[in-house]
Amino acid sequence: MAQPEPTQEDNLTVEHEHTTHSQGFYLAIGAILLVLTVTTAVVAFINLGPFNPVVALLIATIKATLVVLFFMHVKGASEKMTGVVVISGFFFLAILLTLSLADYMTRSWR
Amino acid sequence: MHDSRAITSSGSTNVGSTQVMTADHEAHNPALLHHFADAQQQKNAASLGMWLFLVTEIMFFGGMFCAYLIYRLAYFNAFAAGSQQLNIWMGGINTAVLIVSSVTVVLAVKAAEAGKRKLLTGYLVVTVLLGMTFLVIKGFEYAEKFEKHHVPGSTFNFTEKFDDNGKQIDVNPKEAELFFSLYFVMTGMHALHMVIGCGLFSTLAVLAWKGHFTANYFTPIENGGLYWHLVDIIWIYLFPLLYLISRHT
Amino acid sequence: MAIKAATPVIPANQVPKLNYLTNGYTLKSWLLTTDHKRIAILYLISVSAFFFLGGFFAMLIRLELLTPEGDLMQADTYNKVFTMHGIVMVFFFLIPVVPAILGNFVLPLMVGAKDLAFPRINLLSWYLYIAAGVLFLHCMLSGGVDTGWTFYTPYSTAASNTNVIEAGLAIFIAGFSSIFTGLNFIVTVHRMRAPGLTWSRLPLFIWSTYATSLVMILGTPVIAITMVLVVAERLLHLGIFDPNLGGDPVLFQHLFWFYSHPAVYIMILPSMGVISEIVPCFARKRVFGYKFVALSSVAIAVFGFLVWAHHLFVAGISLYAALIFSFLSFVVAVPSAIKVFNWTATLYKGSITYATPMLYAFGFIGLFTIGGLTGIMLATIGVDVHVTDTYFVIAHFHYVMVGGVLMGYLGGLHFWWPKITGRMYPEGWAKLSALFVFVGFNLTFFPQFILGYLGMPRRYWQYPPEFQVLNVLSTAGASILAVGYLLPMIYLLWSLRYGPLAGDNPWGAAGLEWKTASPPPTFNFDETPVVTWEAYNYDEIPEPKELEAPVAR
Repeated sequence: MAQPEPTQEDNLTVEHEHTTHSQGFYLAIGAILLVLTVTTAVVAFINLGPFNPVVALLIATIKATLVVLFFMHVKGASEKMTGVVVISGFFFLAILLTLSLADYMTRSWR
Repeated sequence: MHDSRAITSSGSTNVGSTQVMTADHEAHNPALLHHFADAQQQKNAASLGMWLFLVTEIMFFGGMFCAYLIYRLAYFNAFAAGSQQLNIWMGGINTAVLIVSSVTVVLAVKAAEAGKRKLLTGYLVVTVLLGMTFLVIKGFEYAEKFEKHHVPGSTFNFTEKFDDNGKQIDVNPKEAELFFSLYFVMTGMHALHMVIGCGLFSTLAVLAWKGHFTANYFTPIENGGLYWHLVDIIWIYLFPLLYLISRHT
Repeated sequence: MAIKAATPVIPANQVPKLNYLTNGYTLKSWLLTTDHKRIAILYLISVSAFFFLGGFFAMLIRLELLTPEGDLMQADTYNKVFTMHGIVMVFFFLIPVVPAILGNFVLPLMVGAKDLAFPRINLLSWYLYIAAGVLFLHCMLSGGVDTGWTFYTPYSTAASNTNVIEAGLAIFIAGFSSIFTGLNFIVTVHRMRAPGLTWSRLPLFIWSTYATSLVMILGTPVIAITMVLVVAERLLHLGIFDPNLGGDPVLFQHLFWFYSHPAVYIMILPSMGVISEIVPCFARKRVFGYKFVALSSVAIAVFGFLVWAHHLFVAGISLYAALIFSFLSFVVAVPSAIKVFNWTATLYKGSITYATPMLYAFGFIGLFTIGGLTGIMLATIGVDVHVTDTYFVIAHFHYVMVGGVLMGYLGGLHFWWPKITGRMYPEGWAKLSALFVFVGFNLTFFPQFILGYLGMPRRYWQYPPEFQVLNVLSTAGASILAVGYLLPMIYLLWSLRYGPLAGDNPWGAAGLEWKTASPPPTFNFDETPVVTWEAYNYDEIPEPKELEAPVAR
């Protein structure tokens, strides 16, 4: 691995892997999150039958995704590992929930 | 010959290697730890480490979400009745508080990147204040639970019904107690993480004020921010799951 | 064996005078070290101490079971004894033994790094282990726990009047020790490999340890929250797991085993990694099917998360869930079998020598296969209904845990002992110990398969007289096994002072750790290695020179 003669700065330099968005951008995302919060609260008062929890979780997931992608800088991160780590975390949680449900939903338990 | 990837040990002499000059150390970024080849590697390592820790937090809370999911399916009426007794205003305002605090965290990172010490410190302090606001509101909420006798244990007394579109449905108080048990452990564990977050950010604020961070080194701010955002995300899920089970009356 | 003055095999001017052991002699330099090698030694001492504590409880169990009557202790005491044995062995020995000792020591050397990614967190990890250990010791001394290491509710949360809370908290803390170790390993392997060391050139011990670390990160938090809920329920009478209060005890079992099954893969995967290092070295051959062995480690880690409810077959889960988990349990055996086939194929036409590590490796392959096959038997619902909660299950998991994990550990300890200490252990005594371990182990646990099949339940302190002969055989085996464990304590300590100096690479082994001095300097390498060769390049590495009369002085 050919390297240029290392200078003092080489030890200091850190590449910024993520393009930092503007302040306005982050405020906009924050505003969207607040709007979604109000939305989910308001929609809860509308009777959608079995879809109430679905809509609530969908909105929550959209909010969480926005936080992960933009506030936690996962979008635009130069390291693909970050995305892999995030997804695997939720994936294994999904396994815990799904396979446990496979038991509970196939027996009558009260 | 100085190779930035070679071992620059702190003075230990190994057979066959040249004596390392301590002058080399003064040339390094003081935040660079010796076992890393360069600052980029250190930053990448710290970042990956933090993300892995967040995964453990997801699985940690996940266990409680699992319990919640199963009992909600089994005891829907009681869970709905319990949810209807929660203070949606306090829960909603707390959600907004946390969202705003996540914005201040992101702006703190941006300020750190720009090397703006005072702005960084300011945003960190505001974040802590918002976190404390959350905890104070939570405290009021818990007090309200206590007054209504909705704290599980010997004082628990649940006589409210599940209001299903006007129809009043009776609810087994034991099942309602289970809802409140989960409510308290889940929000309690979340609140504990908020306290830790406030402590963490207070420390970061003090360090920032002292000029510990530069435009080239602000990894603890970024990683602390990741932690704060995760705690926010957990609340983003807790709010609808606990407060909004069945609000259409 | 007369002990004469040490005559070094290696000329004095090649002895590394300054190494990680001699770099500071104060207690503070050890207790505040961030050197992964010293931390590994700290773990070696503390984990070994807990091993002998767990062994002491095992001895009490086997003594009680010599006779059919419950004559050595009360039933309640017996409950505590097997609980202590289980908790100590699972959480304080099996989980940390290979990762925290061998992993900590060898992993940075193997990837060509100066240390782990987070040395201070590594030290914190050890202190958390010690804190958990102290808390648990206090729990034991104040009466212990009698719930079984599995803490099933509602007995543990509502009925038991023993110190469940302390035990639960100790496990919680030990869990974080484990999490931080795993986190360190993953980041080190991802970010700190030496130049040229691509993933497909990594030693298989690294692949296994990496897979283990994935399990530690993803699984351990769930036991942490489960223990928190148990403690909360016990303190506050919450009822999450109590049927009287609307809860479901099976939910506890789901949450408990979601971690505790992957936990057994935390235990076995690193040992499998050790075998993957030993077999090619003592067969002087590359590992057959390297990619398959590497990926099988990851496959075991992932699939290991899908099978937990095979511990709940008779607990009241639905038949459909049981069928799903039974099928998945069959699937998870496949990657383990792939490893066994590949090790065997590595041996074929190899130039095999029988040093102690290789003896342990052979023991591992045979005993792990038996343990694994009996695991398949248990995964078969029809069989499991018959033998669950009998000694068949106990024999199965001791075959994989002791015949597998422990033999792998002992093999690895002997394999890397020259690297860790700079000294060779006495080969004759080591081989004898391995024999004691193998014979003692089989005599202890094979009769237990039969006992279980014949119906002797586990966790019972008395049994029908017709089971006595097999129990006596088992206890006799345990005595022999104990000798096999005590001998290494003696000769390994002996070798620290009187063992012949080992040199950099006494085995002629592949791997970066053998390219630095024995013992290594504090920062591992004089110059960062640049890797241009594939793993296990035994066709290029010369045979090791015979050490001069290793035991004679």
